[in-house]
Amino acid sequence: MTIEIETIQRSVVGHGLAHDSAVKHVSGDAAYIDDMTEMPGTLHAALVISPVAHGRLNAIDPAKALALPGVKGFVAAADIPGHNDIGPILHGEPLFAEEIVDYLGQPIGAIAAETFEQAVKAARAVGLDIDELEPALDVEAAHKAGSYVMPPQKVLEGDVDAALASAEKIVEGRLDIGGQDHFYLETHIAYAIPGEDGDMVVHSSTQHPTEVQHHVAHVLGGLANSVDVFTRRMGGGFGGKESQPTIIAAAAALLARQTGKPVKLRLKRSTDMTATGKRHDMVATWKAGVDANGRIRGLDIEYLARAGNTPDLTGPVITRTLTHSDNSYFIPAARFVGHACKTNTVSNTAFRGFGGPQGIIAIEAIMDSIARELQLDPNVVRAINYYGPETGEVTPYGQPVEHNRLIEVTEALLASSDWQRRRAEIDAHNAEDPLLRRGLAMVPIKFGISFNLTSLNQAGALVHVYQDGSVHLNHGGTEMGQGLFMKVAQVVAEVFQIDIDQVKITATTTGKVPNTSATAASTGSDLNGMAAYNAATAIRGRMASVAAEHFDVSVEQIVFRESRVHAGNRSVSFGELAKMTWAARVQLSEAGYYATPKIHWDPKTLKGRPFFYYTYGAAVAEVAIDTLTGESRCLRADLLQDCGASLNPAIDLGQIEGAFIQGMGWLTCEELWWDGKGRLRTIGPSTYKIPGSRDVPREFNVHLLGNAPNAEETVYRSKAVGEPPLMLAVSVWLAIRDAVASCGAPGLAPQLIAPATPENILAAIDDVRARSGSLS
Amino acid sequence: MTTSPQSSGSIRFVLNGSPVDLPVRPDTTALDAIRNHLGLKGTKEGCAEGDCGACTVLLRRGDGPRMAANACIMTAAQLDGAELTTVEGLKTDNVLTPVQEAMASNGSSQCGFCTPGIVMALTGLLEKTSDPDEEVIHDTLAGNLCRCTGYRPIVEAAKTAAKADRPEQAAPELPGCQPEIEFGGSVLHQPATLDEFTDLRAQYHDAVILAGGTDLGVARADYHSDWDRIISTRHVRELRMIETGSDAWTFGAAVTWDEILQAVGADYPSLAVLIRRFGSTQIRAMGTVGGNIGTASPIGDGPPALIALGASITLASKARGARTLPLEDFFLDYRKTELADDEVIAAVTLPRPKDGEAFRVYKLSKRYDQDISTVCGAFWVSMDDGKVAACRLAFGGMAAIPKRAKASENKLLGTSLESGSATEAGQALSEDFDPLSDWRGSAAYRSRSAASLLQRFARDLAGETVEVMAL
Repeated sequence: MTIEIETIQRSVVGHGLAHDSAVKHVSGDAAYIDDMTEMPGTLHAALVISPVAHGRLNAIDPAKALALPGVKGFVAAADIPGHNDIGPILHGEPLFAEEIVDYLGQPIGAIAAETFEQAVKAARAVGLDIDELEPALDVEAAHKAGSYVMPPQKVLEGDVDAALASAEKIVEGRLDIGGQDHFYLETHIAYAIPGEDGDMVVHSSTQHPTEVQHHVAHVLGGLANSVDVFTRRMGGGFGGKESQPTIIAAAAALLARQTGKPVKLRLKRSTDMTATGKRHDMVATWKAGVDANGRIRGLDIEYLARAGNTPDLTGPVITRTLTHSDNSYFIPAARFVGHACKTNTVSNTAFRGFGGPQGIIAIEAIMDSIARELQLDPNVVRAINYYGPETGEVTPYGQPVEHNRLIEVTEALLASSDWQRRRAEIDAHNAEDPLLRRGLAMVPIKFGISFNLTSLNQAGALVHVYQDGSVHLNHGGTEMGQGLFMKVAQVVAEVFQIDIDQVKITATTTGKVPNTSATAASTGSDLNGMAAYNAATAIRGRMASVAAEHFDVSVEQIVFRESRVHAGNRSVSFGELAKMTWAARVQLSEAGYYATPKIHWDPKTLKGRPFFYYTYGAAVAEVAIDTLTGESRCLRADLLQDCGASLNPAIDLGQIEGAFIQGMGWLTCEELWWDGKGRLRTIGPSTYKIPGSRDVPREFNVHLLGNAPNAEETVYRSKAVGEPPLMLAVSVWLAIRDAVASCGAPGLAPQLIAPATPENILAAIDDVRARSGSLS
Repeated sequence: MTTSPQSSGSIRFVLNGSPVDLPVRPDTTALDAIRNHLGLKGTKEGCAEGDCGACTVLLRRGDGPRMAANACIMTAAQLDGAELTTVEGLKTDNVLTPVQEAMASNGSSQCGFCTPGIVMALTGLLEKTSDPDEEVIHDTLAGNLCRCTGYRPIVEAAKTAAKADRPEQAAPELPGCQPEIEFGGSVLHQPATLDEFTDLRAQYHDAVILAGGTDLGVARADYHSDWDRIISTRHVRELRMIETGSDAWTFGAAVTWDEILQAVGADYPSLAVLIRRFGSTQIRAMGTVGGNIGTASPIGDGPPALIALGASITLASKARGARTLPLEDFFLDYRKTELADDEVIAAVTLPRPKDGEAFRVYKLSKRYDQDISTVCGAFWVSMDDGKVAACRLAFGGMAAIPKRAKASENKLLGTSLESGSATEAGQALSEDFDPLSDWRGSAAYRSRSAASLLQRFARDLAGETVEVMAL
């Protein structure tokens, strides 16, 4: 389907401008919170965390710690003047443990000292009297015991039981899906500076300054207007700094309140990885009823998600798992159920994709299994299950799939990646039974853009034009490396038709733009870009009126172009017009606002139109596996991603590549490993392995879908890009499955645990070989 | 930092071109010194265990080039007498260097937190070579993690920068190291000769013997203990020597892995591959052969390879002089060695290859680069008339110490090393080892894959392509 929208060459938007801080990054001048000049008297803090996974906390004795050199203050639950509750959605999630410790790493208190080293040593010296209790560590055991942090969620459509009963074939299976640590390079940090009247300024490395503001106020027992939160930049976020920063900011603020001094709390890497949440690991089990061609008639999937000790964001994470369990496929009868299992492990949280990746890998495992058990081409099975390009078929949660680009994207990619030739070559190679087998797979991705919860889909921006024509830009979005600040600045520069250098990018702060949503769900530029567009457009309109009066022409004849404002062949500079606008006593400042249209969602029935639009993408990956050791390598990956009319193709390319490699890490080398006592043992880069530069596919072809403006009215017809390409990495995992399958008889679906570590790959090879043996 | 009244002395070095006297305890981490004492905030802490590279700085010691190193696990002690360059020292007259320029204009940074470290690592690379290929760039970046970009634009920037003209920079004069520094209750001894070293060792059994600090420094960076007395091996003349004989090399204990790689790479290509996967460029610039052996880790990668190659180790003490023993006899039990508490590791002797011998070492880990072995298998055979006349099969990660697989060796002796005898030798490993399960792999996987490595060895010698990384 062709979307009839003009593609316009623009002067700033659509250009691949570099990240706003690129020069500061390379010269070491970009200041992160730990690099800010410290105020005199600044104290450094460390968290005191539970050494056991489950226990009764009888007493806390900080006396020995307080007597150590430099130590100035200690806070625990009893010292909280306000409420000991930082639940991002539901109440009842304590900042500091009270009677019970629920996971190993749970914050119990925080201690402040003159130096970071003193604080770390003092934290270890705090006496904890804990009676250990038996920890619940296994999600299946929790499910069996009915132990959840919230009720189950269900997406229900059609009569699944009837569809399964009448299906020509039933395909059943199970997939263990690993979690993932964010491993942002900058660990959690906050710097709290007490002011007069109990006010608190907090510099927080957070994707959600508003939530930090609310929770700091709540914990201190004050009002939201007493707390100002600032976030200039994060050293990475990936969802890990959506809800979790409240722990760090609130603890720092409590110590600042207690000591009257500025307090900086930075987590050591090991504490960060032990105390803060991660991507949910899940177990998916399914039963699919299909016809002889592999078309799905009914599908029943149950997810057991590791919520950890509290709900945190598990509810909406599971919602997104359930609303992405269809991925690209029309499923007429569906029962998708997600359980939020309570365990004595850290409460899991947002992570790029936000539950979507778990849903998508599950349905892709199902597609692959259907194809293998029916001995059909997996791409053909996928294609016959695609949502129709024109039909507007409806998802199991009730949203019609409009403006569908699945076929366009996948067919273009299969051609550009030379699929057919390579498929034949790889099959021929594997037929010779080599030690090193190859695998090839394609994955299509459809991803819904908007927060599922409709109320979060709003944003604000504040734009000032000064009398010299320079522009101050502020909005609710935060910069974590994704290039949002540059994209929004491009939007503003485009509206005013001025140089990007004229737009000053400023730190996100709750005092300028209030009541913001987290920079999350890939919506940063959609929401904040449009809010800034609205603000700038309003100012431009008023300036145009002033110009019209000045030139004595109608407003329609005023044109903003190349930093000047024209009326026919007469013009003034943008700065001159700004000065004239001020002199005419016309406002040069605007608070812009945007609320996403068309969307609605019923969180009780899990039905509605939660997403403003979908993005589409596809990837083909080729891997080699070592059948002796289980080692693997991605040899080539071809990616095609729909970014609409990209606001900044260079930044979008970086998002696609980075997300893909991060997704590859999740599915290959990144493994969280808890011991039998509930202690996470992979708490640093020496034990938790994220991809390195050599892990990038040897041949890596990445493209943005061309000439593809968004059919919905987004800012300059762009599309979101932050999360969707992460799931393109499912192609790597599927390619490994393909290579594993080649070790066994036709008709067998491999049992490959994610992540596909060497050990898990070898186990999958053993399994298909054993099943092949029992077949023959 | 606590400062006691009797404090005296300071660390003397050249910082970004200018001499500095820094009065800190010698056990202060270099990163704390840079960020908190010198106020240079461009160097970041990402992990404090020498793995992520956000803290990468350049260090010149003696005549060599500036080498990338991890400031987080380095101590101020190691800066004495050296030249330190941080990211703030790169720009001249506010003009970016070619590496910085290429990184800034290639989309090579997103969040930017890893970026200064990557800039430093690539700067170090281009001081050694002007035309690095992709594999060398990957070797260089193995010690630098980026979570945002997916690395492609960083690798591109390295290639772009390599093509640019780089101004020659005159190396500043180094201040020379001080024999003894005391500050804040921490004493650093920097002996210049083996005699001085063994003398100090005899006096101070509890002193921290600091070689590269790439293992000890991790504990220090975690503030687990203070080092009140440090004896550095770095300036001991005998410990810094490499003797290249016709039959063997003798490496002083303070020779770094980078230096060993240069020495042995041509003779032992397989060992060179292992060494390139050994930590990272930053780690190999600091880590020493003596330190790697002395720390006696069951998962160190040096010992299995050296044992398989028939290396010996020389220990020295003031009271009893020198003694030399086969390296395999040095390791007694988990982190327990032959080293007496008045004794030091002086040297390691490594035979050079002879006709009829073959050697391969294979490392299994979750990530190819800069990971700790799940299993490391090092295999040396001497063939006579197509049969295995002698062999040494050594493994890391399979027991509490790096150890030879004697039962397996016996199976291999006299065979022609074909696939079938490799399988039998692999089966015999169950008599040699009873490995542990941990986050790097289960006991079952370790046993299974160790046997697989023998199979790989046989197929490798037969000329088959046996590793996915060779594709």
